[in-house]
Amino acid sequence: MINAERRIRFLIASPGLDGHDRGAKVVARALRDAGMEVIYLGIHRTAEEIVKSAIQEGVDFIGLSMLSGAHLILTENILEKIKEEKIDDIPLVVGGTIPKKDIKILKEMGVGLVFPTQSPLDTITTAIKEYRSSRKS
Amino acid sequence: MEKKKEETKRFNESGIEIKPLYTNEDIKNLDPLRDIGEAGNYPYTRGIHRTMYRDRLWTMRQYSGFGTPKDSNRRYKYLLEQGQTGLSVALDLPTQMGLDPDDLMSLGEVGRVGVSLSTLKDMETLFDGLPLDKVTTSFTINATASMLLAMYLCVAEKQRVPFEKVGGTIQNDILKEYVARGAWIYPPEFSMRLIADTIEYCAKYVPRFNSISIAGAHFRDAGSTAVQEAAFTLADAIEYVRAVLERGMDIDDFASQLSFFFYTHNNFFEEVAKYRAMRKLWSRIMKEKFKAKNPRSLVFRFGVVCGGSTLFPQQHEINTIRVSYQALASVLGGVQSMFTCAMDEPFSIPTEETARLSLRIQQVLGLETGVADTSDPLGGSYFVESLTKEMENKIEELIEKVETRGGMIKSIKDGFVQKEILEEAYKKERKINSGEMAVVGVNRFTIDEEEKELRLHEYNPQVAKDQIELLNQIRRTRDKEKVRKHIDQLRKIAKNGGNLMPYLIDAFKDYVSLGEVCQVFKEEYGTFQQPTVI
Repeated sequence: MINAERRIRFLIASPGLDGHDRGAKVVARALRDAGMEVIYLGIHRTAEEIVKSAIQEGVDFIGLSMLSGAHLILTENILEKIKEEKIDDIPLVVGGTIPKKDIKILKEMGVGLVFPTQSPLDTITTAIKEYRSSRKS
Repeated sequence: MEKKKEETKRFNESGIEIKPLYTNEDIKNLDPLRDIGEAGNYPYTRGIHRTMYRDRLWTMRQYSGFGTPKDSNRRYKYLLEQGQTGLSVALDLPTQMGLDPDDLMSLGEVGRVGVSLSTLKDMETLFDGLPLDKVTTSFTINATASMLLAMYLCVAEKQRVPFEKVGGTIQNDILKEYVARGAWIYPPEFSMRLIADTIEYCAKYVPRFNSISIAGAHFRDAGSTAVQEAAFTLADAIEYVRAVLERGMDIDDFASQLSFFFYTHNNFFEEVAKYRAMRKLWSRIMKEKFKAKNPRSLVFRFGVVCGGSTLFPQQHEINTIRVSYQALASVLGGVQSMFTCAMDEPFSIPTEETARLSLRIQQVLGLETGVADTSDPLGGSYFVESLTKEMENKIEELIEKVETRGGMIKSIKDGFVQKEILEEAYKKERKINSGEMAVVGVNRFTIDEEEKELRLHEYNPQVAKDQIELLNQIRRTRDKEKVRKHIDQLRKIAKNGGNLMPYLIDAFKDYVSLGEVCQVFKEEYGTFQQPTVI
């Protein structure tokens, strides 16, 4: 029999200069309460730091929290680094002040899941679990 | 059936029970003179002046800024034309973080959430046509507050306005940055030194300037309760006062230049009671703990912002309604200066139109409702006096807890404050998700909203190019030898001691850039290592 479902390892970081972390921390708590292991990197993280940590920690997801409006340019930056380090199999999850019209753009860039502010916590945890299941099958 | 309804308990956000009815029984143990006092008299529960707004309304100071200094200068002139009575400058993230626009980390952020300031040239342009002896300016700036103040004073000098006439505020409150806002650079020790330098300098040379605006607002927006907001702020203030007293200054030399800043959220009477309680607590702390003698040292002056995390994108017009009630609570709470958020705040920084409407909230309040005609209109209310006392007790209890465990600096370094706030933020998020906490338009009375074609403020990426171009030009034309000397001097003073302010002023005068100055201090003192335990 295949190994029992092991816990999802989820990295959360705020890239760039914005320092507001309420959303990132609240989501981190929710993921933890839903049985996931959360690696929280904090704010002002560079693309290098995020990707390096993702590799070191063997995470299943990389979560970014962005609230200043610079999400398109910052996500692009990180996706470049992810490609460079050849970890494109780790899905990118983006949350924050994301206008509806940017969700499609982010998905087209290669982001796996997008959670604008106001996404209910249970919606987030369920979507992540389902995403993982669907990718396994 | 009737009895059952009355028996359900109700609590405000700080956990204080709110009864169905308050009577004289609830306040009979309060001594009117000792516990409440009169407006303008110790302990100032009822207000800091006897006549409060009759002679002059609170300052209408709308937080604003974006793009190049020229862009923001235009918006400031517009807002002043529309009747606001003070300026409030929003800086972009690179400026807040001490980075020049060409720094790699500044990518995507130049002029986005505020105005981009890198050299004195920018500050000059920002205040072009705005005389510093006629207008007061508040800067929401913290890690780089001393530097921006230095630049502002350079502008005053150029405009031939003596420092004694310069009025305004720098937020200059690093402790809350570590907890809730994230715009920190250096570790606590050097940051506190910069703050004490500015407070000391302003006490001597810029007496009309508020050298600090100790802020609870950001704790609140991070999810804290009203009691936590108040207690953590006053506990921060105690740390700042201690740091300045350690330099041998007298409390009465600088206390009158300390000011405060909060969010007014939705629970109306809780907010009013919070402000009344804090006025009382601060005057007692100043008198009893720090032995201040000058009445001006005892007076708790504060500004507020209405909106923030209480605003939602769904049916966003509702946000104007929320902000209006919050503005009313602020006035009944005795605020000195107010910023009312615009309804499109959940989407972006405001357009001219939405900024104008949010200003009108204050103008209608001040000119049409009559609430400004008398001081502390809610004074004497069974409910409000009882609630004020309860809030005072709870706030005082939490301050004691923080002080007993070693003070705010320690409690931030070990993550205590962050944890307390996160608990509340998490609880609240669950309550909104479940509908237990009502939010109209979000979990009550929702509508199927069509894809709204909102006209929003848009970020102009050309700003970054323009600012970098200007910086390069300045770097080409300025006196490079002088710049080098300033950098060396700043490094020397930073290492060996001495008030940095005069050296910062001299450096900016010769067009050293913000990034260049901040880099020196980074090299000497490093950057803050953030705790990442949740």
